[in-house]
Amino acid sequence: MSSSMIIGQYIPADSVIHRLDPRSKIAIIFFYVVIVFFANSAMSYGVLALFAVGSAFLSQVPFRYILKGLKPVWFLILFTFLLHLFVTREGDVAFSIFGWDVYKEGLVQGGAISLRFFLLILVTSLLTLTTTPIEITDAIEELLGPLKKVKFPVHELALMMSISLRFIPTLMQETEKISKAQASRGVDFRTGAFKDRVKAVVPLLVPLFVSAFKRAEELAMAMEARGYQGGEGRTKLRELQITKIDVYLYIVFVLLVMALFMTRN
Amino acid sequence: MHISFDHVSYIYQPNSPFEHRALEDLTFSIESGSFVAVIGHTGSGKSTLIQHLNGLLQPTEGVIHIGDYTLKAGEKNKHLRELREKVGVVFQYPEHQLFEETVAKDIAFGPQNFGVDQKEIDRRINEAVKATKLPEALLDRSPFDLSGGQMRRVAISGVLAMEPKVLVLDEPTAGLDPSGQKQIMDMFYDLHKEKELTTVLVTHSMEDALSYADYILIMNHGKLYREGTPLELFQQEDVLEAVQLDVPEVIAFLTKAKKEYGINLEYKGQSLAELAKELAHQLRGGSDHE
Repeated sequence: MSSSMIIGQYIPADSVIHRLDPRSKIAIIFFYVVIVFFANSAMSYGVLALFAVGSAFLSQVPFRYILKGLKPVWFLILFTFLLHLFVTREGDVAFSIFGWDVYKEGLVQGGAISLRFFLLILVTSLLTLTTTPIEITDAIEELLGPLKKVKFPVHELALMMSISLRFIPTLMQETEKISKAQASRGVDFRTGAFKDRVKAVVPLLVPLFVSAFKRAEELAMAMEARGYQGGEGRTKLRELQITKIDVYLYIVFVLLVMALFMTRN
Repeated sequence: MHISFDHVSYIYQPNSPFEHRALEDLTFSIESGSFVAVIGHTGSGKSTLIQHLNGLLQPTEGVIHIGDYTLKAGEKNKHLRELREKVGVVFQYPEHQLFEETVAKDIAFGPQNFGVDQKEIDRRINEAVKATKLPEALLDRSPFDLSGGQMRRVAISGVLAMEPKVLVLDEPTAGLDPSGQKQIMDMFYDLHKEKELTTVLVTHSMEDALSYADYILIMNHGKLYREGTPLELFQQEDVLEAVQLDVPEVIAFLTKAKKEYGINLEYKGQSLAELAKELAHQLRGGSDHE
């Protein structure tokens, strides 16, 4: 029951977007990322934005979580906008600040690029907000399935991914527990000179590594005891299934692509 | 040190879908020098409660007084370090906190952080090791070479070496064998008496609560459900049952003796076997003034 309970940034809810097959979500997002680069008119951007904002709305994820996900990239978006604004030297002069002319084309270009960025990040963060990490790994395993033919260890890769995801909260809890125990013994992680704070990490890291290795060993033993021997012939408890909603999503997406090409210049 | 909670609430991750009220409007006080057991079902807020005792958590609402220290919602206490020196906490599975190269160094870690000088530290190491019955030969070994029970003793020694005034114990004997459990609990009890400590014990063992505590707090869903002396509380079977707690065997025995045979046995810390003998004696018609 602590801050470490949040796995990735998944927000549980029972929306249409949550119920979509994760494979569909990943595939559609992949294609969306591609077609975003085809937009070149205000209308076409409008169509793309409608799809993204509409999905966000349908996902029932509170708006502030989506904004939180965008936080690390605001700076990047702003930077690209300003770069385009000041570097583009085409079209008419819109206005000038401090004797530097800002061209109309720059405004348009900067706006368009920032909007692209915004849409890409919005859609991809929607994936992690509405899909559990386990679903994502399952979907990746399925989508990479064909690579098994060329001896690519798809199953092992997916297993590694899901094990590490599974143990992120555990390790975070462990970290919190140990840091509390050491804080009770007078370690100060927050204040003091940089050198002291680096030193304060040792009593935290050593027990953490010790327990991580112990855990790994126990897990390996438990897996073997239950007959694990790789992905060959292994069945799944929860089969991924394409449902009606997925079909609707494909239809909507095809319509989106058509609308996009109709509204392009 | 006297401890008091005044309308204390604690909320994990406020304003998120994961918001969780762990403590709700707790008000109670613990007399200086008393041995208090905190019992309750898993998730009742016991562990959250004790983390307030040395300022690891700050109350979301309310005020806590621990001796002269005050922890108030929304206010930063600048004397946390001093508070932590005076309130020693033994967490669940404390052996997970060991990290030093040798047992001695690990025990010395706490006092060192609080600026105790080397001579005094050496004295404290010796004393702590004696209390926990760790063979002195182990002092130069790596704590990771020891057995689980020995590691536990090292970790406990590390907290004792801080010479706290308040000892907070979060299920200190979980996972030990029965004789080890009794040894450790007896050790804490002796220290409690000898050094006049204020002891707060979180436990799932009603037997421990009965035999060591002079006062009990029962937690349920983050609230203080009942408080009182062990005998008072444990005789109310229905009250305990309502929060899925068991009555200690000896008390159940007393209640049953009264119900079945109408015999009132007085509880003075006897073991089950001793009580059985007393009952048999009385059933045979014998009484004290015979």
